[in-house]
Amino acid sequence: MKKNEVPQDKSNLESANIKDMYYAVDENGEYTTELSTGWAPKTIALDNAIQDIEERVEEAKAQVLNNKLSPIAYYMELHKMDLGILASYVGFWKWRVKRHFKPAVFKKLTPRTLQKYADAFDISIEELKKVDS
Amino acid sequence: MKIDFTHKQAAHCENGVVSNLMRHNGFEVSEPMVFGIGAGLLFSYLPFIKVNHAPVFTYRAMPGLIFNRFAKRTGIKVKREKFNSPMAAKARLDENLKKNNPVGLQVGVYNLPYFPDEYRFHFNAHNMVVYGKDGGNYLISDPVMESVTTLTEKELEKVRFAKGAFAPKGHMYYPIEFPEALELEKAIVKGIKQTCRDMTAPVPIVGVKAMRWVAKNIRKWPDKLGTKKANHYLGQIVRMQEEIGTGGGGFRYIYAAFLQESGKLLNNDALLEHSKEMTIIGDQWRDFAVDASRIYKNRSSQTDAYNKVATQLEAIAKKEEAFFKALRKAV
Repeated sequence: MKKNEVPQDKSNLESANIKDMYYAVDENGEYTTELSTGWAPKTIALDNAIQDIEERVEEAKAQVLNNKLSPIAYYMELHKMDLGILASYVGFWKWRVKRHFKPAVFKKLTPRTLQKYADAFDISIEELKKVDS
Repeated sequence: MKIDFTHKQAAHCENGVVSNLMRHNGFEVSEPMVFGIGAGLLFSYLPFIKVNHAPVFTYRAMPGLIFNRFAKRTGIKVKREKFNSPMAAKARLDENLKKNNPVGLQVGVYNLPYFPDEYRFHFNAHNMVVYGKDGGNYLISDPVMESVTTLTEKELEKVRFAKGAFAPKGHMYYPIEFPEALELEKAIVKGIKQTCRDMTAPVPIVGVKAMRWVAKNIRKWPDKLGTKKANHYLGQIVRMQEEIGTGGGGFRYIYAAFLQESGKLLNNDALLEHSKEMTIIGDQWRDFAVDASRIYKNRSSQTDAYNKVATQLEAIAKKEEAFFKALRKAV
């Protein structure tokens, strides 16, 4: 890529004052660096990924409201986690976390266990018990 | 307390930290040089591991490897420490800062407040330098940022003890022993040889073979997974290829810059030619990303479009295979 071809598309990097650094060749064929404000193909990929997460969150929320899942499943999606990551944060086996997704099991969890989840999501136990915040 | 430390932005965090720490210790080594000697370039496909609900595609070596190989090949000793308790991790960090020693840290990205929300994923192999402390705030040099920033004690503890894959466990590292003079020549040759070996390795999950495997799978995705998931996977490839820190084209441009610098240093014209060739390969990766993005932008489900990008990927694999075989002979 030539230095003057480094893309300067609009992206969500701007809001945080971050610019991407590219390696590109100047007019003499020498390698140099150039900052970029963004590149459309990449922005679309990221937007799609974010949208995918939002859909997962909404779906989990609906399932919690239908009493099919416990709020833990909702907060996991909200925090862009998967089972492995959440299990690692709370220090349980994955199958145990999965079990805690069951509303009936969730209701019987001890305050100590609940606190672990609340800490992982950086919320209070009260907040952990509901999804409509 | 503030250590006199020069922050210089880099494309990639790990190279950037190494390059900046080396400069602090009196050795000027460019980012591409660190990347090339550390044999950072790679392609790998791990379909059985899922990140963000899609398989893992990577264009670079495992976190930490680049610095380790660079250090070994140039005769530098690196001290690395991990911690079970955040208290101990903080104490060791403060101790080093008091001794005027800036240190590299491995951190998780999810809780980095200065990253835009959209970029905050559970990715635990980010790197930064801490170069001082001002009251309760740590002075941070994050190589992907244009300028330095700060984190509170609590914020830093959170990112140092992020959980999940590659959990940093407070991982702190810094060079402790240096050779009298850096002899890059031999190190460059070793680095190049390793990259050539890795890229042409006879295993399906790395190098050109992995690219061919991905291409084969891309053809199957729309029927097997449905449009939505197929597009999500395709998006993941593009994101890994062009994410912050790749320098563009899945690290291929950084590698081309390394080959150019090495060609001059070793008076090897073949390397200069290979640098040009690598730039063209980088451009092809960019074209691949453009065409892939057209698919997931339009949410089109024509199998034709998937076949087209798969063919493109196979063409790149063919080109890289020839490239690394020739490069192996050039050093």
